[in-house]
Amino acid sequence: MYARALKPLALATAAVSALAFTMIFFWAPLDADQGFIQKIFYLHVPMAIVALLGFLAAGVMAALHLRTRDRRWDIRSYVAVHLSIILAVGVLVTGSIWAKASWGHWWVWSEPVLVSFLITFLLYAVYQPLRFSIDDPGRQARYASVFAIAGAAFTVLNFVAVRMAEAYTHPRVFSQTGGNMPPRMFVTFLVSLAAMALVFATLWTLELASKSASERVRRARRRREREADRAELASTARAGQPPATAPTVSASS
Amino acid sequence: MPALPLDAAGKYVAAAYVVFLALVLVYVAIIARKVGRLERDLSELEQTDAERER
Amino acid sequence: MTASGQPQTAARGARRQVGAARAGLAILRKDLRAELRAREAVPAMALFSVTAFVLFHFGLDRARLEGDVAAGVLWVTILLATVLAVNRLFVAEREQGGMEAMLLAPIDRTAIVLAKAAALFVFLAALEVLAVPAFGLLLLGGDLIGALPELAALLAVADLGLAAVGALVGALAAETRAREVIGPLILLPLVVPLAIAGVNATEPLFAPAGGPAELGRWLGLMGLYASVFMLMSVAVFDFLLED
Repeated sequence: MYARALKPLALATAAVSALAFTMIFFWAPLDADQGFIQKIFYLHVPMAIVALLGFLAAGVMAALHLRTRDRRWDIRSYVAVHLSIILAVGVLVTGSIWAKASWGHWWVWSEPVLVSFLITFLLYAVYQPLRFSIDDPGRQARYASVFAIAGAAFTVLNFVAVRMAEAYTHPRVFSQTGGNMPPRMFVTFLVSLAAMALVFATLWTLELASKSASERVRRARRRREREADRAELASTARAGQPPATAPTVSASS
Repeated sequence: MPALPLDAAGKYVAAAYVVFLALVLVYVAIIARKVGRLERDLSELEQTDAERER
Repeated sequence: MTASGQPQTAARGARRQVGAARAGLAILRKDLRAELRAREAVPAMALFSVTAFVLFHFGLDRARLEGDVAAGVLWVTILLATVLAVNRLFVAEREQGGMEAMLLAPIDRTAIVLAKAAALFVFLAALEVLAVPAFGLLLLGGDLIGALPELAALLAVADLGLAAVGALVGALAAETRAREVIGPLILLPLVVPLAIAGVNATEPLFAPAGGPAELGRWLGLMGLYASVFMLMSVAVFDFLLED
């Protein structure tokens, strides 16, 4: 189901990413104040936006899981959270590099995006430990969905709160978004955003394809084991003896 | 802080993009490992099927 | 904390439904009575807070705090104390099997989450009645009175949000194997917006010059936070309680 979408997605991602790279380094104008360093912006901000949307989408998919009881929504939500966490790490690292290059410090508290992502990352870092500390799979999925929904609401509130806190203590450094960005920069930014979103979508589809395939293999294997046990029972019964041992319960892979 | 000269700035920009690339590639490697395991499981299944038919 | 007093709709079937309000109040009364008898959560939180204030005195090496540092110490201490209460919120049900009894009873599950949140709210209010004067005495040098009405309003609204989030996280963590660890790890990042709002709003109240208090926007943020999480807890709690 997912593999079919993969090829066009991957091709689109490659094409748009190549276009984005070209535009970033050959077309977009050089920033007057920050110079070449500003090129990080085309990586850092799209990553942040896509990660945020990823967390929100995960929340929506989690709500769908709770509503429809369809486990597939839980898996989709899980992968979205997982990918967004990776992107969040990327946001923190690229943001830190930018801070070092722009301000000489590896961390600045005056950048709302960076600070919000630190907090959001700290929250979602508990997602996987929470899942793996609950043994019952149904409950694990439900609790993870509740967490994802709370996390999505939190992400929005957190951003608002951090923005409000920094707004009148420090002026925004990242003044490229909105404000008066030259049109070439803005177009480049949009293309970079599209590329990042496509990367996310492709990786998401890839992981889902892998997960659903391994789930099918697991089910097929279990079916065969059950058939083998049944055949063994039948053959020993036909031979006129009770089965010596109970059929073994195979460990789930 | 004044803008860094191009060669110094270039290293930072390159580092940022390399980080992104590394994240994506590590992720793909992890998925690739899962797919490898999948192929092994599938060939196991095919083997037990073949044995059963004998 | 409102709950409708109306009986459930006929769609619930033939089960005789106890009104959500009565059920919620009953659970709340049970929790409060248990706390009054055992005296575990609130004294622990109060003791923790005072100890924290002492630690901050030594840690910051100051006899008196002002402005943003004072606000920060007070709010962070209260938030950390909340963790103690949240951890205990569902422990009684887990250990004594009260949860099954509650789930079997013909009551609306909304009542359970509202009752737990209300209990947490009461614990927090009780804590603040004890901890805030202690804070004023130990670290503010005594001039708390002027700030009291605004501070009380801020704490009240924050407590609403903390109660909602605490009930949610308490239920989430209750079923995990590592609940003493997972609970705080989930709760503390979640309450950062409240910390931001609380400290920013309180800072001018504790400043020596007494700057303008921009309570409105921060109260608004905290109110939004409380509403969002209250609604979410009510909507989602069913899924946490089912088997």
